[in-house]
Amino acid sequence: MNTVVEIHDLRVEYRSRELGQRTKLAVDGLNLKVNSGEVFGFLGPNGAGKTTTMNVLLGFVTATAGSAAIFGVDVHQPIARQRIGYLPELTYYYKFLSAEELLRFYAKIFRIPSAERERRIDTVLKLVELDAARKRLIKTYSKGMQQRVGLAQALINNPDLLILDEPTSGLDPLGRMKVRGIIQRLKEEGKTVFFSSHELGEVETVCDRVGILHEGKLRVEGRVSDLVQQYQCNLENVFLNIVGYKP
Amino acid sequence: MSSSISWVTSRNPDAGNVFAIAGVVIKEMYRRKDFYVLLALVVVITLMLASVGIFNDDRIVRYLKDGCLLLIWLSSLVIAITTAARQIPAERESRTIFPLLAKPVGRGEFVVGKFLGCWVACGFALVAFYFFFGMVSASREHTLPLLAYFQAMWLHWMCLAIVIALVLLGSVIFTAPSSNATICFIIVLGIMFASGHLNSVAVQMHGFRGGLVYAIYYAIPHLEWYDVRELIIHNWGLIDWLAWAGATIYAGLYSGLLLGCAWLVFQRRTVTL
Repeated sequence: MNTVVEIHDLRVEYRSRELGQRTKLAVDGLNLKVNSGEVFGFLGPNGAGKTTTMNVLLGFVTATAGSAAIFGVDVHQPIARQRIGYLPELTYYYKFLSAEELLRFYAKIFRIPSAERERRIDTVLKLVELDAARKRLIKTYSKGMQQRVGLAQALINNPDLLILDEPTSGLDPLGRMKVRGIIQRLKEEGKTVFFSSHELGEVETVCDRVGILHEGKLRVEGRVSDLVQQYQCNLENVFLNIVGYKP
Repeated sequence: MSSSISWVTSRNPDAGNVFAIAGVVIKEMYRRKDFYVLLALVVVITLMLASVGIFNDDRIVRYLKDGCLLLIWLSSLVIAITTAARQIPAERESRTIFPLLAKPVGRGEFVVGKFLGCWVACGFALVAFYFFFGMVSASREHTLPLLAYFQAMWLHWMCLAIVIALVLLGSVIFTAPSSNATICFIIVLGIMFASGHLNSVAVQMHGFRGGLVYAIYYAIPHLEWYDVRELIIHNWGLIDWLAWAGATIYAGLYSGLLLGCAWLVFQRRTVTL
């Protein structure tokens, strides 16, 4: 099985804003591999280092030490991002553009030829059920529709790897169900999905493997079924156990 | 693993991303109301000035042209500075920078795309402003020195290139677009009004202070060179084409230098919330 994401001894330090502390350790010696075709759930409490790790993978943050590669290409190279789709948490897209114009813009960045571009726009807009609203300006969209346009832009290049940062955050149950359905479909199509979420039930449903990060360190990694069996409880209790929560 | 993407085999920095980003900036500009409001203001104020006949003096048309051109210069600076100042901070604030930079876009392409979009959008605005100025001028003087107007508009546009590059550099240094816009506005107006006199001041000073003023004089972009309003107000004829080309090259070099600095600063910046 091919490795799609490979993180080796990753360490990320930030300049601390706290008095008497020069740096803050966000990620500490992270080693992780995500294989082709699997859905990997990246879990951890707030401030565990999930988004920082994703930011390193996307080239937003430079690692203090260690390395990260996507499809074998160092994440510092823009080409590393050619085959990925990224959905950030709660992003607002250019409100003066329509969904169709937004997708056309992103498709141009991927250098998708114009005939193929229009076909892709049709496909992803149908997939996220925004076909009817494709010509409306994004500023008129509801929160759920904005999240779905975000998913559409993440899929415009038919990516082999999807990085989703809390894709269902802030959505109502119907919106969550729709996004979950889309992730399931992508899984069936053989896409690799790397996503962070606080919705453990959702993670249990869609993920093949999970990794639980706490205070910058990867505490546990494995197949959901194996973890559930090992800890003799559901994923939520596994998570609480690992982060040291005692009621 | 075979990629499902068949249309890309390699990736080098190219103009496609720059044009795509610039296209979005231009769309934003024509869908916002700022430009239309400023154009309407220039038209209304100029027409009001034109309707006032003072002493039935035909030479009054020079004052009319002067007033109209001053309004055009101020409006264009407002458009250029406010548009450029909000580009990168607005991308951060609305988080649109994340899905964009998560795509195969280099930070240099991002900065240059923003510059090109603002500059071309300002170019369109200038065409509209100068078209109106030409109409006003032709209706009063019954002549239309197209080449002179073209030279003036071109130099005005080149001046805006330097201004936009300066503001973009400011926007990667200062977080708040309002403070960046205010600082840049003061710098630009300061250069336009005072830099031409700096060398005269330097001549009168001696020693280190004189040298320092000279160094500032040579280091700052001479935006005042691009303000050729007097030439078209008084119909003094065409500017020497060699000087015109020289000013164009100077603007290109200065804009490139400022954009290079903006790229270097932005490249080192961590893109997080």
